[in-house]
Amino acid sequence: MKAIAARRHHRFAPVVLLALALVLTGGLYAALAPSAEGAAAPTTDDVEAGRALFVANCATCHGVNAEGRDGNPTLIGVGAASVDFQVSTGRMPMQLEGPQAAAKPPQFDREEIDQLAAYVASLGPGPAVPSAEQVDPALGDPANGGAIFRTNCAMCHGAIGAGGALSEGKYAPALAQSTPTEIYTAMLTGPQSMPVFNDANITPEEKRDVIAYLEEQKNGSPGGTSLGSIGPVGEGIWIWVVGMGLLIASAVWIGAKSS
Amino acid sequence: MSTVNRAAGGTADYLDQRTGVGLAVKSFARKIFPDHWSFLLGEIALYSFVVLLISGVFLTMFFVPSMTLVTYDGPFAAMNGVEMSEAFASTLALSFEVTGGLLMRQIHHWAALLFMASIVTHMMRVFFTGAFRKPREINWLVGFVLMILGLAAGFSGYSLPDDVLSGNGLRITDGVVKSIPVVGSYMSYMIFGGEFPGEHIIPRLFTLHILVIPGLILALIGLHLFLVVLHKHTQYPGPGRTDRNVVGYPLFPVYVAKAGGFFFIVFGVIALMAGTMTINPVWNYGPYDPSPVGAGAQPDWYMLFLEGALRLMPGTGTEWVIAGYTLSLNVLIPAVIVPGLLFTALALYPFIEAWASGDKREHHVLDRPRNAPVRTASGVAILTAFFVLLVAGANDLVATHFALSLNDLSRLFRVLFFVAPVIAFVVTKRICLGLQRKDRELVLHGHETGRIVRFANGEYVEVHKPLDQYERWLRVNYDAHRPLELLPAEDERGVRRKGYRRDALRARVSRFFYEDRVEPVTPAELAAAQSHGEHDALGGAEHGDPTLLQAAANIKPEHGGNPAGEVVAGPRTPRH
Repeated sequence: MKAIAARRHHRFAPVVLLALALVLTGGLYAALAPSAEGAAAPTTDDVEAGRALFVANCATCHGVNAEGRDGNPTLIGVGAASVDFQVSTGRMPMQLEGPQAAAKPPQFDREEIDQLAAYVASLGPGPAVPSAEQVDPALGDPANGGAIFRTNCAMCHGAIGAGGALSEGKYAPALAQSTPTEIYTAMLTGPQSMPVFNDANITPEEKRDVIAYLEEQKNGSPGGTSLGSIGPVGEGIWIWVVGMGLLIASAVWIGAKSS
Repeated sequence: MSTVNRAAGGTADYLDQRTGVGLAVKSFARKIFPDHWSFLLGEIALYSFVVLLISGVFLTMFFVPSMTLVTYDGPFAAMNGVEMSEAFASTLALSFEVTGGLLMRQIHHWAALLFMASIVTHMMRVFFTGAFRKPREINWLVGFVLMILGLAAGFSGYSLPDDVLSGNGLRITDGVVKSIPVVGSYMSYMIFGGEFPGEHIIPRLFTLHILVIPGLILALIGLHLFLVVLHKHTQYPGPGRTDRNVVGYPLFPVYVAKAGGFFFIVFGVIALMAGTMTINPVWNYGPYDPSPVGAGAQPDWYMLFLEGALRLMPGTGTEWVIAGYTLSLNVLIPAVIVPGLLFTALALYPFIEAWASGDKREHHVLDRPRNAPVRTASGVAILTAFFVLLVAGANDLVATHFALSLNDLSRLFRVLFFVAPVIAFVVTKRICLGLQRKDRELVLHGHETGRIVRFANGEYVEVHKPLDQYERWLRVNYDAHRPLELLPAEDERGVRRKGYRRDALRARVSRFFYEDRVEPVTPAELAAAQSHGEHDALGGAEHGDPTLLQAAANIKPEHGGNPAGEVVAGPRTPRH
């Protein structure tokens, strides 16, 4: 102890302390944070906790027993997958009325989302949250996923999922920030204006291929900056702003003060 | 004399004795061109065309213009095992296997966008400065045809990779051709060699794209430049510049250096963009298949106005079936009639204006846009209509990026397409007339100096500094055409005059062009204004109030070294 005290003014002391603090925090987080494997099958307690959360946060619109009211849909039979998608992307609880619920930072943590999902799943049979293996992009075939995406998804989400407009202010969101699980549950449950792609329509393996294709897009464009992947309109803006802008500036420079 | 000089001189002499080239070089090297940055806009188009030729030759070495189906097997994992045409497969190979291939593809495509952008900008410069007036009407038409050929070159090249996006464009083209009454279906079958998409369109577009269209463009560029040399270049108005001279520098060495240097700048900017920004990532769009279509499917910017027109046209009630034949007005009007009218107006504008003004003189000094208010306003109106269509073609992106409703946007653009050009016309014309009036004010009264002088009787005036003769020349030397007079319908014997109705129409058009105008200041007006000012300022000063003399003396420095006693002389023109 004395040896340590003697070196407390050493110039590396702050660095060592910082490193120790970081290791401690990281270690505690790793030990205490709920892992995916740790989230075992929901218990009765989870369902009860989920019901309490539901009554406090969702019942105003969806009804005390999730039966739906005033044009808001019933949640009986939508399954855990739907709750997981809507709540973990922050779409529910809805912030304000609009053409469609916008994604925002989620209001609940992972445990609460699982509890809510367990409660809604207990109301009636519905699609479950996929397993980690089901959504693992490494197991999918991006080429097949690309073909499926072009045929089924690109007409709303754009060629590589940059998003697109729908009628009356609705839109298909960009998919760059979506996690594999969100992509899977979205296909499975068809949130907002999206149609349902059930397992007969696009098999679970094909869904994984789509996930692999979309994950591939996160590697960036081989041609340089992607310019938002919004197609020729973006390119047109850039040729006018950068191309013509630089060249007219050069022309002004070349033609400056000559006669 | 050094060896190098002797060698150069010897070679030049050898050539001159055999071809007489010395005479041509001598006169050409001494040819005078006026200098202005806006005269370089056409050069951007020329140089991007050169870049297109160079990069295009490279691309043809690897591109396979065939619609034969193959299965992809290559380094791009996301396409492995996908069935595609050889055209698409060779484009992927160009992008991912050929060394420098992707850079060349991107150079070619960015250069194509720049080619059209610079043509349009150059055309705007020519239009707004009236450079199309006699004797350059023919060259305006040559330039117009070049623009159309540029569109054709862009469109045919855009379709070659046979990807989903360009395939959708071809499908729209097919629909547009089919909408032409009577001959439409036959023409579509002729173009595609059967039902769309067929197996012929890519090789056919390839021949057009690499042989016919560039050949025509090259020939017309030659004619365009020949006419520029023949007519001599126009120049901006300024001291010493008239319709009978050209003020500027000789081609050699000044413009050889400037223009040669500018080529490398243009090439450099294109290469910079191509090296850092993705363009037309066909690997994202996938091989063409008639069934899928992606959101955000748009053509390159120069065709976007057509897409916009199609998007704006209401579909219901505009498709008529007459005796078993369908008349697709919902396609015919936006894709054929509207652009047809816009382009015809653009091509014929020089002739319309000449007809309205009755001006048959040659013009080599450019107009300042404000001095031709109706022309400037018409140009802005056409551009506004074009811009509305452009934005309408991107209405889905506007909707998503600004969180607006697509349907509201379509309704808004439908109204704007008709209303915005009218508003733009009126506002631009008012601004032009306002600027002309401001010029008149300046010429008559001079610049405000911010110096206030108080007279003995308590009156305050602001001292105005008269324009120097160069500034004045720029502002008074322009044509303010007057509307053509309409001769009476009957001659003095009461016989109906031949051609009266045509004259009446011409007079109406002429009135539209020239009824509202601001005449340039005449020398008499200027003299009157100046003597008037002199009267005020001098009258006060000469009454010998020492304070005022002191104040007047303070003005002296601007006056250019007059002795103190003569402070009040000269054309200073205070306003009252």
